[in-house]
Amino acid sequence: MIKHVSIAALPVTESLVIQKNRIENNVSPESKRVCIVTGTHGDELEGQYVCAHLVKLLNSEKQKLSGIVDIYPALNPLGIDSVTRGFPLFDLDMNRIFPGSPTGSLAEAAAFDIVRDIEGADICIDIHSSNIFLREIPQIRVSEQTQAELLPYAAMLNVDIIWIHAAATVLESTLAHTLNMRGTKTLVVEMGVGMRITESYCTQLIDGIMNLLHGLDMWSGDVQHVRAPIVSKDHGVGFLNSDAAGIFIPSVTHGDYVHTGDVIGRVLDPLTGSIVESAISPCNGILFTLREYPVVFGGSLLARIMGDGNG
Amino acid sequence: MEMVKNIIYSIKSPYRQSLDIIGYTFGSGEPSCCIVGALRGNEIQQMAICAQLVNTLKNIEEKGCIAENKSIMIIPCANYYSMNIGKRFWTMDNTDINRMFPGYELGETTQRIADGLFKSIRDYVFGIQMASFYQEGKFLPHVKVMDTSSGKEAAYESLSDFGLPYGLIRKPIPYDTTTLNYNWQIWGCQAFSLFATYTEHIGGQSTQAAVNATLRFLIAKGMLKWSLHPGLHTRILNEDNIWRISTSRAGILKKYASIEDEVREGDLLCEIIHPLEGSTIDKVVSPIDGIVFFSYNKQLVMEHTDIFNIIPF
Repeated sequence: MIKHVSIAALPVTESLVIQKNRIENNVSPESKRVCIVTGTHGDELEGQYVCAHLVKLLNSEKQKLSGIVDIYPALNPLGIDSVTRGFPLFDLDMNRIFPGSPTGSLAEAAAFDIVRDIEGADICIDIHSSNIFLREIPQIRVSEQTQAELLPYAAMLNVDIIWIHAAATVLESTLAHTLNMRGTKTLVVEMGVGMRITESYCTQLIDGIMNLLHGLDMWSGDVQHVRAPIVSKDHGVGFLNSDAAGIFIPSVTHGDYVHTGDVIGRVLDPLTGSIVESAISPCNGILFTLREYPVVFGGSLLARIMGDGNG
Repeated sequence: MEMVKNIIYSIKSPYRQSLDIIGYTFGSGEPSCCIVGALRGNEIQQMAICAQLVNTLKNIEEKGCIAENKSIMIIPCANYYSMNIGKRFWTMDNTDINRMFPGYELGETTQRIADGLFKSIRDYVFGIQMASFYQEGKFLPHVKVMDTSSGKEAAYESLSDFGLPYGLIRKPIPYDTTTLNYNWQIWGCQAFSLFATYTEHIGGQSTQAAVNATLRFLIAKGMLKWSLHPGLHTRILNEDNIWRISTSRAGILKKYASIEDEVREGDLLCEIIHPLEGSTIDKVVSPIDGIVFFSYNKQLVMEHTDIFNIIPF
């Protein structure tokens, strides 16, 4: 059943409508509710595929569902529709304005409505897909503050990595932080790259979501065996940033296991043809982030490696 | 002493000359006040105010009127890359430097810029940012301070030193926590945001008003041995006490009030016109007696748009 989460008039004729698809079966007062949300950033599209397939799958075998699954494909419909990362005509990143305000601007009022609609769910999964610059293998990011509560659920979601962030780097104005602070367990998934859909990653996450529903006794159908994620804190993550400017040409494949001293890629100067920087792995581990967009400034992130502690 | 011009942070670009953030320092000794202009590419007025301050302080210093053991740094523009190509946010990824503080030295480009900038300016006793608002519109000139736990009482008292008509105290909400002003304050610096009337437009009177307000502050804090008109009495109030008038309908905005207008309860502030049929679909009247502090300046409005802010008498 399609429901409106937030609606507000735009200047000429149309309204901004944020919608969800509620799929429910065998609902009682004790039923659990899981929310799948995505599309906060208009250039992140991996979640679109996940939503489309989940809706189809759950509806096709609805008798196996117990409880409510709310699917929100587009928290920022105007952004997705106009290939805009942010909320059009609004300066702030939509994921920096939560919990929003009923008396604020249109974006803040929408953020308020979204939180109000999701709050109280048993689990919320907030799907992101990096940006157009970086490609990520499927991963979940949780804060140190919430790890005890969230890790058991994160481990069900069939991701490759769980990255536990230090409290100091947690952004307080995100949807996930807002919901977690209000007692609604919210897991942030990052996977793929902006403006593209990586079908294999989406399928991997869909298997994980079905496994989670099964684990919550909301799904009685078959589920796939899920992988055991690598769990790491900040100190286990090696960063590779470019010091030079130019174009980055990777020499490894995303998701590879790399060793200390391996060349991850090179930065070339297109004017002189020279190699201005060789990016060297600082540790052994999985290359979970790799730059997708070739042009780099001094400081641009080239890669991140989840170290395994062996070298 | 003479003005010292330094590159305080530099970053390489693949196809342009490096971005060199320039700081101008006057006097020497204790890092007393840092003044930051444009962090965004459309903050032309904010850069121009700083440029005029650089020119003025250069003259003041030549006359030997910078106080002993006081050092003032001015950074007119931290993002001329965006300014030179007509963008508000960062050239490549459209991120906002003023949402990246305190910065991250291993992060993406704008996180690194924020980190490099912040490390150079965080130890000043006072910080003044020439700020712009995310909402399109015109403000009465004012100065603002964040209500954080560190040194707030002293900062509130200092609001009057600018001699502007209004000093506002803002209770920070989560999205403020990555701004320069907030992080300055958390670091122990008394930080102020100074809002001139315009952003992209250099208004003679409003530019000079901001320059004079800053000079008055520097004089009041003993950094300049200089004299200037004391300015106006400052009314200090919490931002929450400002009445925000927003639209409940969308369409074409037809305004009847402007900033600085004194309005009475029931006065017509604006009409919302149906964009296709021309009829009036809403009339917005003032809910109180007060002065118009902010006025939205776009022709089309959506629902929930802040169109006027009114400060009650």
